[in-house]
Amino acid sequence: MNMLKISNELIQRINTHVREAYPEEGAGFLLGADGEVRDVLPLPNAREDEARHNRFLITPEDYLKAEMKAAEIGVDLIGVFHSHPDSPNIPSEYDREWAQPFFSYIITRVDDGQVVSHRSWRLTEDRAKYNEEEIVFSSSQ
Amino acid sequence: MTVLRIPTPLRAYTGGKSEVIVSGAYVLDTLTDLTSQYPAIKPHLFNESGELRPFVNLFVGESNIKDLQGVETPIKDGDRLMLIPSVAGGAYPHPSLLPKGEGTQTPFSFREKGRG
Repeated sequence: MNMLKISNELIQRINTHVREAYPEEGAGFLLGADGEVRDVLPLPNAREDEARHNRFLITPEDYLKAEMKAAEIGVDLIGVFHSHPDSPNIPSEYDREWAQPFFSYIITRVDDGQVVSHRSWRLTEDRAKYNEEEIVFSSSQ
Repeated sequence: MTVLRIPTPLRAYTGGKSEVIVSGAYVLDTLTDLTSQYPAIKPHLFNESGELRPFVNLFVGESNIKDLQGVETPIKDGDRLMLIPSVAGGAYPHPSLLPKGEGTQTPFSFREKGRG
């Protein structure tokens, strides 16, 4: 099983963003290298109001900004985080259709506004399914 | 000859290159050239019907081809092309929110009830 390393501090930043987004989905990018998240970049959900409870969208413009920020600090975009409000943190078919290869997808389950758990997934190269990867939490970056 | 910028997750299919040189008179031609140079990238740009996947955005300079002529947008010598994904996803609608008779679809690859 692949592993994704992330500090508790960065997980707390994800938690803050997805709690604030609740009951809508919150999302952003994971910046890092070699399977380790070094920074997170919370972004606005660009979907229309009535869809944001179960859909998120990051625009190409925000994608470009994130790539530039990653380059500035000498890392890459390595994944995406998003929340599933009041629903399991497993990928949906919709997640699969829009997924990028090699990215780690952290999905955070948020029930009644409280973070329940995080799970991370990677799309297989044939785009047929996701494999779960272990999240290793560390006390510092 | 046109410079095409490749997004991070697809660079594994271009030998790690963030920019590649492609040729073609129209956007579609440049994509055909890209996929002939790097065949493994094709399934991530086009679906099984040969249509561009929904997350694929192509910019000619600063203009999204969706605001121009799509894949029929002409390319001038010296134009700079950028391939940039829209990143999206989301949970499956809760069965209680769906019309009667719907909601039997399970989240991807899983049997768990509810949203995915």
